[in-house]
Amino acid sequence: MIRQVAIYGKGGIGKSTTTQNTVAALAEAGKKVMIVGCDPKADSTRLILNEKAQATVMDMAREAGSVEDLELEDVLLTGYGDVKCAESGGPEPGVGCAGRGVITAINFLEEEGAYTDDLDFVFYDVLGDVVCGGFAMPIREGKAREIYIVTSGEMMAMYAANNIARGILKYAQSGGVRLGGLICNSRKTDREYDLIQALAERLGTQMIHFVPRDNEVQRAELRRQTVIQYNPEHPQADEYRALAKKIAENENLVIPTPISTDELEELLMEFGIMEAEPADEAVA
Amino acid sequence: MTTPSAKINQTQKIIDEILEVYPEKARKDRAKHFRPNDPTGECASCLVKSNVKSRPGVMTIRGCAYAGSKGVVWGPVKDMIHISHGPVGCGAYSNWSRRNYYNGITGVDSFGTMHFTSDFQERDIVYGGDKKLEKIVDELDALFPLARGISVQSECPVGLIGDDIESVSKKKTAEIGKPVVPVRCEGFRGVSQSLGHHIANDAIRDHVFDKQATDIETGPYDVALIGDYNIGGDAWASRRILEDMGLRVIAQWTGDATLAELANAPKAKLNLIHCYRSMNYICRHMEEAYGVPWVEYNFFGPTKIYASIREIASHFDDTIKANAEALIERMKPEMDAVIAEFRPKLEGKTVMLYVGGLRPRHVIGAYEDLGMEIIAAGYEFGHNDEYKRTYPLMAEGAMVIDDATPYELEEITKRLKPDLVGSGVKEKYAYHKMGVPFRQMHSWDYSGPYHGFDGFKIFARDMDMTVNSPVWGLVRGRAPETQAESMSERQAS
Repeated sequence: MIRQVAIYGKGGIGKSTTTQNTVAALAEAGKKVMIVGCDPKADSTRLILNEKAQATVMDMAREAGSVEDLELEDVLLTGYGDVKCAESGGPEPGVGCAGRGVITAINFLEEEGAYTDDLDFVFYDVLGDVVCGGFAMPIREGKAREIYIVTSGEMMAMYAANNIARGILKYAQSGGVRLGGLICNSRKTDREYDLIQALAERLGTQMIHFVPRDNEVQRAELRRQTVIQYNPEHPQADEYRALAKKIAENENLVIPTPISTDELEELLMEFGIMEAEPADEAVA
Repeated sequence: MTTPSAKINQTQKIIDEILEVYPEKARKDRAKHFRPNDPTGECASCLVKSNVKSRPGVMTIRGCAYAGSKGVVWGPVKDMIHISHGPVGCGAYSNWSRRNYYNGITGVDSFGTMHFTSDFQERDIVYGGDKKLEKIVDELDALFPLARGISVQSECPVGLIGDDIESVSKKKTAEIGKPVVPVRCEGFRGVSQSLGHHIANDAIRDHVFDKQATDIETGPYDVALIGDYNIGGDAWASRRILEDMGLRVIAQWTGDATLAELANAPKAKLNLIHCYRSMNYICRHMEEAYGVPWVEYNFFGPTKIYASIREIASHFDDTIKANAEALIERMKPEMDAVIAEFRPKLEGKTVMLYVGGLRPRHVIGAYEDLGMEIIAAGYEFGHNDEYKRTYPLMAEGAMVIDDATPYELEEITKRLKPDLVGSGVKEKYAYHKMGVPFRQMHSWDYSGPYHGFDGFKIFARDMDMTVNSPVWGLVRGRAPETQAESMSERQAS
């Protein structure tokens, strides 16, 4: 059976980088994987394909006239470790409906038989927050059943993680989607490990892995490669291998318990990230 | 406060029985929209609630904001091209339903019966339709050089994906040198087509007034005919009366209208408004911004026509007043002859009306001229303004109903047994099957005009033809419980 996994998280937190490095580690371990990029920026597969940008489903459909005029091989490419790659694509910011693009692209991949039985994993790399129904498409009935949220010790990344947990809660109640854990992509903030561990506990889940910050990731990215491919001996490659192994073996799948904004702020104060404001002191 | 009369209580009892089948919440809600009539307006529990969201599940007969703008207000402006901006269905279905007559050469200088749509596909939703809209405007400008302008009628998806039709319209207006008018009439806005009328009025205000050149010479007798959509030629029949009075009609809104006429209206000495619901907004604006007063009138049936002619004339000098009296004197024998012919055949017949936002009250006088009585009337999308104007026109204890459901209409029919039902195309065939005489009062059942002196002759003939047709009895004869009855009737005859 195919395990379908969706990766969410605040924009710029490193979802695509983390996803591709993890997928490369899985592929290295002999797993068959497909990545479906659900972001109009279409940067979810460049490290696997070692290419600048891939032809996206929506861009190809626009050229061909409609999505019915497309062939699967036009949009489903193969990269490092036989990983299959598809990108939904979509409009530039400010026009049209990127969410509809995600829906259209995933429907197309399903109808055209991209989800073959030999696959062990499908990874959905999803834009920023769950901004509309389109970006929730990967976690609807019959698709991804486990979700990992990429976060860091920065306040806004944690806000986003909590918001995403709320979105998951809605779909968890109506369908079978579960939260698999938080992936901490370290920004080297104060007490980051403990903070994310605590947040994970509050959300009823686990911090599945703490990925330390290392410039080797950037060096690999500049060459459009994952660390696994660029420098397999590097300790950072082992971090992604560890994350991949944990995801592959993860059985801790839960319905999250998102917390209120007040609770989140209390948590931040507890860890000294946020100063408690004296109630009677007027803010200038 | 006075206690309700016996008549009102009796009607209330029937209404309560009809509403009994609903679950409690729906019953309480619907009861506010379904009242016995109190002509004095003193009975507080007789006031009808209106212009609120329809209750889900009741199968409302209402339309949407797009229908109000494209279908009603903008659609009849004949020398403009109206793009139904979005997927193909809204434009196709709305194009086949209105009967706004116009003069002109279709496809050359007039475009009323043509259907233009941007025919959104999946990719237009994902990438936005703005570029496509630009291309369409360019193509229309090349294909139809005599079109005076273009309006962009937004369908739902345009609002959902946030297309910037305003900036496209602005850019294209400058490029082609003709107005491209963006209209934000997405169907999901508001509770009925009513908001679409308002949005369309505002678009005329913002994109036509003071922007389109109007260099007509003005005179003391200039009027604009507002809120007549020329269904089956209505506006032509109305215009004839006004011209016979010596008035000069400088604009017809919007039946058989041109863009220039829209721009002309603020120059009128008086705005005459027939369909108050769909165009009161722009009349109020013209009053505030240009000082043009406005007056409501009613050209259905001789009694109301005479009264309206005198009311309109009262705003002008003695010449017009004398013309008005002469016209009435001239037309009266003709109208009396129509009444003499048809009234004996229709006297005492009862009528139920359920139409849009004007006709349920405006046609009452015409029926009364023929000796017919309105026992129930309601609006799809009327506001309080409409109901306030309706109560005094109907008998005590008649039924007044807002945003009716098919079930309610059917039950009223069963209990009150009207001799004639006037409503829309969605109701028509149900009544045909029930064997109840029915007239489609949106399109005049492919007849008309019904406005003015010309219209009354046709109206009277149509009502007689419908009410007294033997066909209804034959339909009813098919129902099992009346089979024996109709058999014996046939044998007896």
